[in-house]
Amino acid sequence: MLAILLMALATYATRAVGLWLASRLPMSGRVEAWLGYIPGAILISLVAPVVVSGGPAEALAALAVVAVALKTGNLLLSMLTGVGAVLILRSLIG
Amino acid sequence: MPAKPDHLENRPTDDTVTFTLDGALRGARSCAPIAASGFAIGLVFGVLARQAGLGAAEAAMMSALVFAGAAQFVVLGLWAAPAPVATVVLATLIVNLRHLLMGAALAPHFKGLSRLKAYGSAFFMADENWALAMGEFGKGHRDAAFLIGGGVVMCASWTTSTLIGGSLGNAVSDPARWGLDFAFTAMFLALLCGMWRGRRDILPWIVAAAVAVAAEMWLPGQWYILLGGLAGSLAGVARRAA
Repeated sequence: MLAILLMALATYATRAVGLWLASRLPMSGRVEAWLGYIPGAILISLVAPVVVSGGPAEALAALAVVAVALKTGNLLLSMLTGVGAVLILRSLIG
Repeated sequence: MPAKPDHLENRPTDDTVTFTLDGALRGARSCAPIAASGFAIGLVFGVLARQAGLGAAEAAMMSALVFAGAAQFVVLGLWAAPAPVATVVLATLIVNLRHLLMGAALAPHFKGLSRLKAYGSAFFMADENWALAMGEFGKGHRDAAFLIGGGVVMCASWTTSTLIGGSLGNAVSDPARWGLDFAFTAMFLALLCGMWRGRRDILPWIVAAAVAVAAEMWLPGQWYILLGGLAGSLAGVARRAA
């Protein structure tokens, strides 16, 4: 119980402190540019290991997602394509 | 629809940050599909938590209060009869360090919000609704309530599914069998396609990918997200300064 409460506190601290610190930074061009580069860099970091060290099924499904996303710009459709593709590809090629 | 008690003008074209019910509902709708995938993962978390010795109610409380899937799974591996509090809290802190960077990226889009709105929203900041919100803000939308709207839906789904998984015990199948584990990767990839801002993103993205892949191979745990994000974003600024 204590462990859960302290976990909650620690997690909230990580969520609040970044926001708090950054909202106190002087918004120079350089700081703003840095903050603007964070989302892409974090998202790439989340997906790259899955795509690179996953199997061929994951890599091919990722290609399908990118193709659908670029073609349609539809997030939900891209996501469903990815899940469907990985489901089929895993059963075909493991 | 009743008038909203919003003192800010709601003009999407200027830079004023708003915080409306409409924005929250947009966030909720956008996050619904990913919350559905999260539901399947939450069932598994509930089952594993039960096996690790947590009660279903305890596990659900953890999901509601901590609301951080990766950290929660890591902690299950460390759980013991008297919970090793220091170890568990330290692990949680380390896995969640990436939030520092994510929160920092929110700051320009939360400018002018009251503390309650900004730090209340921060409680509900998870990878998925944060990523969707950054995509939304990147397209010029200025309604900061998008984040909390999505977060509430995800937290509700995560908590409910943990409770159900914890109560069902073993009758839950592996989400990977249904490809659901890939839903998160697919959504992040699709969002990335929309975030491309041109050639200036090439270097930071390559650096982030390379660092993340290397860190994932050679470092334990979740360091790869923080390190990749940090290296990539700094590479972007360095390239700009050069």
